[in-house]
Amino acid sequence: MRHLLSTGDLSRDEALLVLDTAAELAQVGDRSVKKLPTLRGRTVVNLFYEDSTRTRTSFELAAKRLSADVINFSAKGSSVSKGESLKDTALTLQAMGADSVVVRHNASGAAHRLAEWVDGAVLNAGDGTHEHPTQALLDVFTMRERLGRLDGLRVAIVGDVLHSRVARSNVLLLHTLGAEVTLVAPPTLVPVSVHTWPCSVSYDLDAVLPKSDVVMLLRVQAERMHDAFFPSAREYSRRYGLDAERFARMQDDAIVMHPGPMVRGMEISAEVADSTRTTVNEQVTNGVSVRMAVLYLLLGGS
Amino acid sequence: MDVMTPSSAAYLIRGARIAGGDAADILIRDGAIAEVGTGIDAAGAATVDAEGLVALPGLVDLHTHLREPGREDAETVAGGARAAAAGGYTAVHAMANTDPVADTAGVVEQVWRLGRESGHCDVRPVGAVTRGLGGVQLAELGAMADSAAGVRVFSDDGTCVSDALLMRRALEYVKAFDGVVAQHAQEPRLTEDAQMNEGVVSDRLGLAGWPSVAEEAVIARDCLLTEHVGSRLHVCHVSTKGSVQILRWAKSRGCNVTAEVTPHHLLLTDDLAESYDPVYKVNPPLRTAEDVHALREGLADGTVDCVATDHAPHPAEAKETEWATAAMGMLGLETALSVAQHTMIDTGLLDWPGLVERMSAAPARIGRLAGHGRPIAPGEPANVTLYDADTASDIDPAALASKSANTPFRGMRLPGRIQATFLRGVPTVLDGKIQ
Ligand SMILES: [Zn+2]
Repeated sequence: MRHLLSTGDLSRDEALLVLDTAAELAQVGDRSVKKLPTLRGRTVVNLFYEDSTRTRTSFELAAKRLSADVINFSAKGSSVSKGESLKDTALTLQAMGADSVVVRHNASGAAHRLAEWVDGAVLNAGDGTHEHPTQALLDVFTMRERLGRLDGLRVAIVGDVLHSRVARSNVLLLHTLGAEVTLVAPPTLVPVSVHTWPCSVSYDLDAVLPKSDVVMLLRVQAERMHDAFFPSAREYSRRYGLDAERFARMQDDAIVMHPGPMVRGMEISAEVADSTRTTVNEQVTNGVSVRMAVLYLLLGGS
Repeated sequence: MDVMTPSSAAYLIRGARIAGGDAADILIRDGAIAEVGTGIDAAGAATVDAEGLVALPGLVDLHTHLREPGREDAETVAGGARAAAAGGYTAVHAMANTDPVADTAGVVEQVWRLGRESGHCDVRPVGAVTRGLGGVQLAELGAMADSAAGVRVFSDDGTCVSDALLMRRALEYVKAFDGVVAQHAQEPRLTEDAQMNEGVVSDRLGLAGWPSVAEEAVIARDCLLTEHVGSRLHVCHVSTKGSVQILRWAKSRGCNVTAEVTPHHLLLTDDLAESYDPVYKVNPPLRTAEDVHALREGLADGTVDCVATDHAPHPAEAKETEWATAAMGMLGLETALSVAQHTMIDTGLLDWPGLVERMSAAPARIGRLAGHGRPIAPGEPANVTLYDADTASDIDPAALASKSANTPFRGMRLPGRIQATFLRGVPTVLDGKIQ
């Protein structure tokens, strides 16, 4: 593994290695001194073109727990916001001797482009509507931790699949690991070629819920209704929102996941969001371990 | 189109296979073809050894972006004319989406003069259909037609004349001077922020899709409008299987429509976007292998009338970016004949006379361009291209004459090489070198 750009690039063994490594490294988080000397002297750059304090902080914490030097290079207030091109920024980071660049960008494929311009390992922290590989890895890690298995696990991914990098990364990774994925959304919010994806599709959440071990909710932007993806937030919520009544029809041990930040009321009701079967906070904790594992494996820590 | 000062020099081209036929000699004198035959003896004429080369009438491009005025950093008229000559072209149609837009007699005459001064290739300006390409009000089409540039092809290329009423009026209006409206068929609402062909690849890459229907729906509408008002329509850069089917249907009804296909749509497919390298970003986008197949068949059976390059130079910084911010467009002039040979001749879909029709005669006819697209025969203007079809080379962007380097064929091995181009008897390329 030289870069992590797409979960589609991970073999089953590589994906399991990340998960197993993350499980070992998770124990560091439980110690009083939460640091390993593994990446001492290595430089990790966080290059964030989108505001995402959650993801940036998670990567920063992960790198620091491995004793790496971390540089936060945010698009705001830097040469980037003054119109410097991604390529010029890449060459600057290259000159600084970055061993790894963690990049979040609003353009699909930005991480791929960056990987051509820098020698260091590029870690895709979300590119446009393409992929968000570490989110999928932490989601899968959480599923395995909660439910003890991935093979044959029935996962429903509900919401704006069309614009979701989380959905793309999860579909590919879950398929690789043997889970059965069903995408649930209004037909306007799934890609036209979705039938070629390794998953099934349903427009009926109520039919899918009782047969699911995991229900993963995606963020849905209310503004999408202005582009006629759905008539109103209320109608979306009525047909695809997870409320207490629907939650009650799920299997007893089934879990609810959300990549955050949640829009309470639209895609998830408050009581479901606060349920112990909702894993949002665990996902955040696991995110640090998974990102430690990825950095460790990419940078060949010893 | 008037003829520039003819060269007094005479050239005797020895042993060329005219349109792929038997070897013959061609004597060029005073800008015209003086004699065609075997064993021609011409004292004083410079001899050009063309043993084994194919002689073609100078190629004509209906769709070229030369960028001047406004974006001389990407290309100039003179530079584009040199690139055209290097590609075997003797005439190109310069698209109107310059800055300022070629929507007045003044701008089209400026472009026309720059072409004349360059001397490497005839440059025929295309006039904008609407003022400033705004899609709201007709440009002064008659004034451009009456100008020294003698505009006959009108296009808002880059954007679509999407307003059905405005398109109807434009089609009707150009009848007065035998003009043609060349439509860039793209339904704007269906292609907002569109980045590439909508399908399996775009869905996986998370790039906003440009659906085939956005092209096909406009072509169908425009064919019906053309039929209704009895005018002449040309469809730019047809890119989908459905478009070919609609054109076939329209022609069978007697609609006066012609169409072009680009070299890149004859060869390349949308999976090239998997690299996210914007050198493959173009409008209309690269489509699927099924579309490529249908386009080749359409070109072979005449449903698609001609090959046009949509040559679109861009400076490096416009392409060395993330996909979504990159400019759309590719170089085409210098590789067009090679791609056409590779996709149409070497596959057996067309013979050389068929290719001459599609790369020289038909585009000249559609553009109402006199003196080009004529057969290589005594008395005709000496616009001749000598082509070595038996060689092959790897395309090197740095070796191209164009000011820009955005060729999607870089690194590909393609057949053929232009050995010489004569524009009214004057060599613009000789021994493979631009003169
Ligand atoms: Zn166009």
